[in-house]
Amino acid sequence: MTETLLLKGIDEPDLHTLEVYERRGGYEALRKALAMSREQVLHELEVSAIRGRGGAGFAMGKKVSFLPKGQMDKYLVCNADESEPGTFKDRELLQKNPHLLIEGMLIAAYAGGINRAFIYIRGEYKLQAERLEAAVEEAKEAGYIGERVLGSDMSLTMWVHRGAGAYICGEETALLDSLEGKRGNPRLKPPFPANQGLYQGPTLINNVETLATAPVIIGMGGEEYAKLGTQGSTGTKLVSVSGHVQRPGNYEIELGIPSRDIIYGLAGGPPEGRAVKLWFPGGSSAPVLTGDDLDIPYDFDSMAKAGSMLGSGAIIVVDDSTSVVDVALKTAKFYRHESCGKCTPCREGTNWTVKMLERIDSGEATPMDLDIMAAVCTNIIGNCLCVLGDAMAMPIGSMIVKFREEFEAHIEAARARNELVEAVA
Amino acid sequence: MAIDPSRVPRFGHGSRVPGWDEAADLTKDPEGVPEPATTPVPEELRARIEEYMARYPDRRSAAIPALHSVQEYYGWCSPEGIVQAATVMRLTPAYLTAVATFYDMLFMEPVGTHDVYVCTNISCSLRGADDLFAAFHEHAGEDPEFNIRSFECLGACDIAPMISIDGDYVGPIAPDEVPEVLDAVRRGEEPFPERQMKNRKSTDPNA
Repeated sequence: MTETLLLKGIDEPDLHTLEVYERRGGYEALRKALAMSREQVLHELEVSAIRGRGGAGFAMGKKVSFLPKGQMDKYLVCNADESEPGTFKDRELLQKNPHLLIEGMLIAAYAGGINRAFIYIRGEYKLQAERLEAAVEEAKEAGYIGERVLGSDMSLTMWVHRGAGAYICGEETALLDSLEGKRGNPRLKPPFPANQGLYQGPTLINNVETLATAPVIIGMGGEEYAKLGTQGSTGTKLVSVSGHVQRPGNYEIELGIPSRDIIYGLAGGPPEGRAVKLWFPGGSSAPVLTGDDLDIPYDFDSMAKAGSMLGSGAIIVVDDSTSVVDVALKTAKFYRHESCGKCTPCREGTNWTVKMLERIDSGEATPMDLDIMAAVCTNIIGNCLCVLGDAMAMPIGSMIVKFREEFEAHIEAARARNELVEAVA
Repeated sequence: MAIDPSRVPRFGHGSRVPGWDEAADLTKDPEGVPEPATTPVPEELRARIEEYMARYPDRRSAAIPALHSVQEYYGWCSPEGIVQAATVMRLTPAYLTAVATFYDMLFMEPVGTHDVYVCTNISCSLRGADDLFAAFHEHAGEDPEFNIRSFECLGACDIAPMISIDGDYVGPIAPDEVPEVLDAVRRGEEPFPERQMKNRKSTDPNA
């Protein structure tokens, strides 16, 4: 990767202030967009073929085009509730370059004919929310947000809304409920937010990184942007690498480079003398891959073909010093805690999976438990309003398939240990 | 909010004793929207909640910001504070209680002054977060000054294992550094300034 688009000069002092951002050419893309027609801006976003960076990977341009035409209250919601385990890419942008996000939101709002915008940021991100709030205030004073922005026909209000600690609120419909002041329970889809979203109005909802890329796309042109990356996964992507690597952190990569280049090249690989045992390619919700899969190109389609997903672009590396049972138990406990409890398969399925994994860990399980656990996973997938349950079932299911022998050995070892303890007593 | 199973009173055969979770008192009338004339609300709190309500097309959207304000004012979402917020927002206290109990950062019981969230999710636990949490629990678990909690992924796996002290991220922290962290917080200082998230530089070589 030779070029960084989003992280370029990210450590410049005070980049989060309007002064430095404008000095670096900030809000030029907005001016360029406002000089174009809404259709042209939308066209550029569609031609760029950028896919959503939040997890589902849905084409952003298409999402904007789904909004109904005509005069009405339309909403833009920026999903800054970044809580997928292993993901911390949006944090970097929010903290260091909030104006880039605001500019991107203005461009998206212009393309979609939107007049009200909200940024839903997770409550734990205190510093980031403060920076963002300050940046929104600055942009309002400078006339970027408000009535008739820069003399154009676009008017927009924008508020930062802080959440209060709930993973489920990163799911788009749960986020909308939470923003409406309710408990964060997901809604039945359809209707999709583009038709009936916030306050039952048409709503465009996108991830921070997706929106922050809009100024880049307008600046360089959609066609130019689409030349980066691969055909199905254009552009660059922020990747958060964590776990057992020597240099954990955010890296901007061109989509389609070998995964090995990220894990070993950029992040330095596992500590000396250890090897990659398994890795989550897209946050803890993605089915795991193993050390044999390191040469798979890192892009949406290749990851899907390998039976996993790119998700939020968070790579968690686990090396061979860790038991797969521990990883599975940690993962399952997280989803049990975060399940909102609305749908039975997810609420009960996550709970029973944890109980079975605890049995496996303590040596009270039989190998049949693994089959029951796999069956529980299959019965969660596709049977709930949102994909939180699926997000537990997919990685756990993949661990059982790929590390079945280790699970069985763990059960046997724990049982033998218990018998020994009983015999001694 | 997670309930400690050991606190649930049970009969000998295992079923729960009725009323263990303070279920509704059926002899009482349902509580409606509080009467503003008889419910005094601190001016500062009222102003803040009203400012939030003005931001949204629907006033209920201000529920979470209002509860945050109550928590800031009283230290927790006290019944008194919830009734006051409900008065300002023209909602029932039950509505706000239902919202508050959903979220991990809103506390329905009094807590210590300093929030210490220890991330114990996957990436942090791979780097020793469970030992770190145990160390915090051991050194300050009983200290009324601290609200020690294990938290799900806080979004800072690059500094794992990490903690959030009153919202400020810092890491990595080793278990034997816990007393130093606690002392710094007691003195009103930032522990390990060089490891604070706000001072962290990007790891990308091309940034």
